[in-house]
This record gives sequence, structure tokens and C-alpha cells, in this order.
Amino acid sequence: MAALDETQLREGVDRETVETVQSMAGTYKHGWETEIEMEFAPKGLNEDIVRLISEKNNEPEWLLEWRLAAYRRWLTMESPDWAMLDIPMIDYQEQYYYAKPKSMVEKPKSLDEVDPKLLETYAKLGIPLKEQAILAGVEGAGEERKVAVDAVFDSVSVGTTFKKELAAAGVIFCSISEAVQDHPELVKKYLGTVVPQNDNYFAALNSAVFSDGSFVYIPKGVRCPMELSTYFRINAENTGQFERTLIVAEKGSYVSYLEGCTAPKRDENQLHAAVVEIVVLEDAEVKYSTVQNWFPGDENGKGGIYNFVTKRADCREDRAKCMWTQVETGSAITWKYPSCILRGDDSQGEFYSIAIANNWQQADTGTKMVHLGRNTRSRIVSKGISAGHAQNTYRGLVSMHPKAKDSRNYTQCDSLLIGDQCGAHTVPYIEVRNASSRVEHEATTSKVDDDQLFYCRQRGMDEEEAVALVVNGFCKEVLQELPMEFAMEAQALVAISLEGSVG
Amino acid sequence: MLEINNLHCELEDDTEVKILKGLSLTVKPGEVHAIMGPNGSGKSTLSYVLSGRDGYEVTEGSATLEGEDLLDMEPEERAAAGLFLAFQYPVEIPGVGNMTFLRTAVNAQRKARGEEELSAGEFLKIIRAKAKELQIEPEMLKRPVNVGFSGGEKKRNEILQMAMLEPKMCILDETDSGLDVDAMKLVSDGVNALRASDRAFLVITHYQRLLNHIKPDVVHIMSEGRIIKSGGPELALEVEENGYGDLLAEANA
Repeated sequence: MAALDETQLREGVDRETVETVQSMAGTYKHGWETEIEMEFAPKGLNEDIVRLISEKNNEPEWLLEWRLAAYRRWLTMESPDWAMLDIPMIDYQEQYYYAKPKSMVEKPKSLDEVDPKLLETYAKLGIPLKEQAILAGVEGAGEERKVAVDAVFDSVSVGTTFKKELAAAGVIFCSISEAVQDHPELVKKYLGTVVPQNDNYFAALNSAVFSDGSFVYIPKGVRCPMELSTYFRINAENTGQFERTLIVAEKGSYVSYLEGCTAPKRDENQLHAAVVEIVVLEDAEVKYSTVQNWFPGDENGKGGIYNFVTKRADCREDRAKCMWTQVETGSAITWKYPSCILRGDDSQGEFYSIAIANNWQQADTGTKMVHLGRNTRSRIVSKGISAGHAQNTYRGLVSMHPKAKDSRNYTQCDSLLIGDQCGAHTVPYIEVRNASSRVEHEATTSKVDDDQLFYCRQRGMDEEEAVALVVNGFCKEVLQELPMEFAMEAQALVAISLEGSVG
Repeated sequence: MLEINNLHCELEDDTEVKILKGLSLTVKPGEVHAIMGPNGSGKSTLSYVLSGRDGYEVTEGSATLEGEDLLDMEPEERAAAGLFLAFQYPVEIPGVGNMTFLRTAVNAQRKARGEEELSAGEFLKIIRAKAKELQIEPEMLKRPVNVGFSGGEKKRNEILQMAMLEPKMCILDETDSGLDVDAMKLVSDGVNALRASDRAFLVITHYQRLLNHIKPDVVHIMSEGRIIKSGGPELALEVEENGYGDLLAEANA
């Protein structure tokens, strides 16, 4: 609260609002470390480490070569600096590129064999690993909804549920390392076809050293019988996280995939560079929802996760559809642009985003909608909330290629400011190279209004509740796109990230 | 119920601007008091100071609700203690459903008083019944708080909130402004239905016409931050007939 004395209160800004925002820090509820013995590869990155990772995963020769090619390419690349981010120098030789809980070296046969501490960790986070827990408390239309969880603890998948039911539908949902063993032809066919190894600096790094992640294959005409869910969690000190996710939706199939994560509190900055590739074929539809709550650093900007993610969907054939929904509340630095390549005619891409940045968090996030096919459609709804000293940037590309005749885009970017020390920025890139396409862009910037807060408080809500209510209202259009169980979680998360002792 | 004694306040940002200058008022349980007065006499400020809005500095005097010091409480504590303000300009909250807003408010107050929170089912049952009495369509309960509401809808919504929160002391700040005759009747009926021996009202209004519907026990005339005259309902009629001129002159004499 000491910082308050130095804070210049601008006219019209409620002092208590500023105090609330300033006291948001230190409320990260998931900040503890589980003591589990780790087996590390040595620190640093070189070809031997790449080989070691490949060997530990018992990978075929082609994949090792693929990794090495990515590594060699990475060496020639430079960290991107075009984002509105102040990224400290990262010493890539000071990171671990492979770590897994020691108790997992022998893979457990069932959840009963899973280290109880691990399950405890998930329980603390409220992550429902066990099936009964997954189903508990879910409000549905009479019938309980099923969510399969492929939980990733650091680098190794520890539990996969509902495998049988998925198998009956022909759906493959497993860790990517398992997929490499069991379905090498599928992995080989699609890996790197959406995000090439040399796509960008962080994607190249991921391609070289990815340790695990998820693999999803939905066969032709199959509607996946449940929501697929993965929880990521970073838990080992200085362990880089390099998840690789590959989702393939065959013709006429449908899947909804949920990704959520929290991380324990620590001082060392942690690097995360994930890649998600989605291949959507004719008439198929993929929904990918993320709720991200990694440690954002403390109120002085110390610590926190660096999140450099490449997520892209290729709507490869006609009438393919992909929808990204993200709720980003964590990470010290976020560099993330889930994108859609609208290659097939009549294909559709959607992007719904809530990005909350407070204290010293920096977020540069948005999407790319690349219209290649005729009559393609895209829709972008971005809600950015800035508080404390945070900087929040929406950066988005809408590109209409010459052949993308009669295509449409609608973009709406709304920014909400809390306090007077934060910033919101909107950077739209629009390229239209044919005459029949239409691009619309709307942007607004507003502040949490003192009148709204007073109105809520006169009705009995305390300031935290009032801020959470107003902000949740601001985010409504995005929250309603999330699957039900995720929406509740996301709403709670918005409230948690705006919590603080008032006064 | 409500005791205001020699209340003085000024603007926080400009302490030269004194708004309330020694206002005293006592409202007993079951009573309806009306405050009338010309523009700028401090009527709305009184409602804000009592409910705890930022921007005003109380420099002297006191205000208590059932013996509790109101001025020492946060706005939400005053609400939980039973103080309700029907806003002259109800605030829009985009994206927040009317029902969600009210349920959050009702449960926040219950929690603050150490009572059990209402379940979704219980809440729904109560709000549906009360909305019906105020002729509020179920569809209006789902719409975002006050967004796109007509003037009449906004004011009816305020009364619905009042009915749901069941406060002890209700302040109505120019609830009649912007209402047509039919809407005024609806709102008044809503208020009258809430009249009870353990509840009191302070009705702030410019015009006498609202007082035809909501019959006051006491009428106060306010000018320059003070009550200059109090009387029965006939005082409101006198204002209606002659304006404030005579009363002000009398007070200054």
C-alpha cells in the first residue's frame, strides 16, 4: 500500500478503486510448491539435450531428425521484438528442458498408483482428476456432462480418463508421446503442418525440445461424446515448459477441447513456449477454450511465468470451422495469438478473448485471421482489462487474400481501465486484397465507472464484489462462449484476480 | 428510525462549496416524510451523504439509523443496516443480468447480517412474485441492469430492488422524474404496498403530484442546505399553488 502515496489520483478516479487495484497483488491462491522428487536432464540446450529428450521418449528416427532440424533453425533465429512487451533477457542455457516427477518414471497403471501428493495438488487447485470429481457440481441440462482429463504434471501425462468411452467412438485422446508410439503415421502426417518448425523463434524452440502434450484425433463424422480437457501445471524450478498439442478433426467431425492451468508461486521467472496445432477438415468443427491462470508475478513485478505460445488452426477444407475462446488472467508476460487459416471455401474462424493484466503484467495478445478461401467468415471479440501498472495490447491481423472473394470479418475490441497507471492498446493490422470482401473494426475504451460501483455498493455489495460484477459484465460476450463448467470457473477467476483487501 | 442532527457538508474537491448547512430531521418508524425544495437546495446531496457516496465531506453534525452511526459506515454496510436509495438516475451495468445483480445484492446483504443466503430456486420464486406486482415482465429481469430500459422501467426496477431488499429506511430521490401518469401510479402503488409500521420513507420530490399517490405524514421544505419549514400534507399543496417564493421570503425574514 506504500505505493499509494506516490500515486497521483486523477480527477474522477475513486481513491478506493485505486487502492483495490493496488491490493490485488498477493492474492494468488495457488502459490505453493509440491515436494516431489524430480529427475532432471542437465541444464542448458544443445543437440545432446535434444537427442536425450527424443531418446527418453523412445522416439523414432524421423522425429529426432525433425527436432534437430528445428534446433538448428532456432540457433539462426532471433527472439521477436515487435510486440509491445518489455522482455528481460532470457538465458536459454539456464533452463531445464526436460523434467518429470521421479515417481512417474515407472508409469502408473491407474490413478490409484499416482503419487497421492500429485492428486493432492490437483485437489487444492480444484482440478477434478478423478471421474466422480469431474462430474461433481456441474450444472447441466439434466444430464451430467462428461469431461475427460489428460492431466499434465510438468512434462508427463499422469492420468487419462474416459479412455474407453472415447475409444468406442474411435476418438484418440492421449499424450503426444503416446501418440508417437501408437499412432506414428498420424503424428507424422500432421505434425508441423500448421505451425512449421521455423514459424517463429518460440515455435522452433518448442519443436526442438517439446517434452509432451496432448494428441486428439476425431474420426470422420464423429461428434466427440464429451468435452476434452487438459490441465497444465508448471511445478519444477527453472523448468521450461514446452507442450505440444495436435488436434486433427476429420471430415464432418466435432470436438470441444478445454485447456486450463494454474501454477505455484515462485521467484524465478519461468519460460513457457507451447505450440498448439489444429487441423480442421471438411465440415468439421473444433472449439478450443483456454482458461489460463499462471502466476503473474507479485505486486512488485517479481517472478511470474513468461508465456510465449503459438496456437493456430488450419481450416484446411471447405466449411471447416474453428473457434478459439481464451480467458487470460495469469503470466507476467503473455505473447499469444491464436489464429485461423481459412483455407477452405466457406470456412469460419472465431476468436473470443478476455485478457486481464494487473500489477506489472504485460499482455500482447490477439489473433490472426487469414482468409484464403472464398466466402470465408471471421469474427473477433476481444475484451482487455488493465489494472495496476499493467500494459495490455490487442494485436490482430485480418488478411483478405485475392482469392478470398466475398469474405467478411467483424472485429470488436473493448478495453477497460481500472486505475490510472495502466495502459490499453489496440493494434489492428488489416490487409484487404480483393474488392468484394468486407472488414469491420470497432474499438472502445472505458473505465470502471465510480457510479456503477456506488450503485452496486448501495445495494449491499462490497467493493470487490462490485468490481468483479462490473468486470464480468464487461466480459459477458466472451464468457458466454465458454462451455458451462468452464464459464463458472472463468467467472470465479475474474473475481479472484480482482480480489484485494479494501481500504 | 432516522435521526439527522445539524448536518453540514461540503464538496470534497472544493471545500468552498458548502451544500448542507445544519440540516436536522427525525423520521419515525412507519412514517413517510417528503422533502421538497427548489433546484440546488441540496435535496439529492442529502440522499448521497446518507448513503455514503464519495465526493462529500461531512464537517459537522450526525446521522444515525436506529441509533447506529451511518456516517461511520461503508456504503454497503449502510445498505445491510437497512438503508436503501432509489436513484434519480439508475445506473446501467452492461452485461450483468438484472436478476444476477439483484441476487448478488440480496445475498451480500444477508451474508453481512449473518443470515443464510437464498438459493437460486428460492430467489426466483420471490422475485417472480414481486415483479408481477410491479408489472415487470420476466424478460426485463433477464436484460442487463437498466440497459435500454425506458425511464418508467428504470424507476419500476428501483422499486423492485427495494421490494427484494426489504430495507428499513427507503430514500426515494426524485423517483417521479421522467414518469408519465400511468408509470407514476405503478411506482406509487409499489411504494405504498411496502409501507409498514417498521419501515420509513423519505421521499424527495420537486412536485406535489407524487404526494397525491404516496401520502406523506410530514412535508419539509428545504432551501440552501436546511429545512426551512415543516408541516403536514397541506404544505405540499401550498407549494403547488404559490411556489416556493413566499416560503423562502418568510424564512429569510
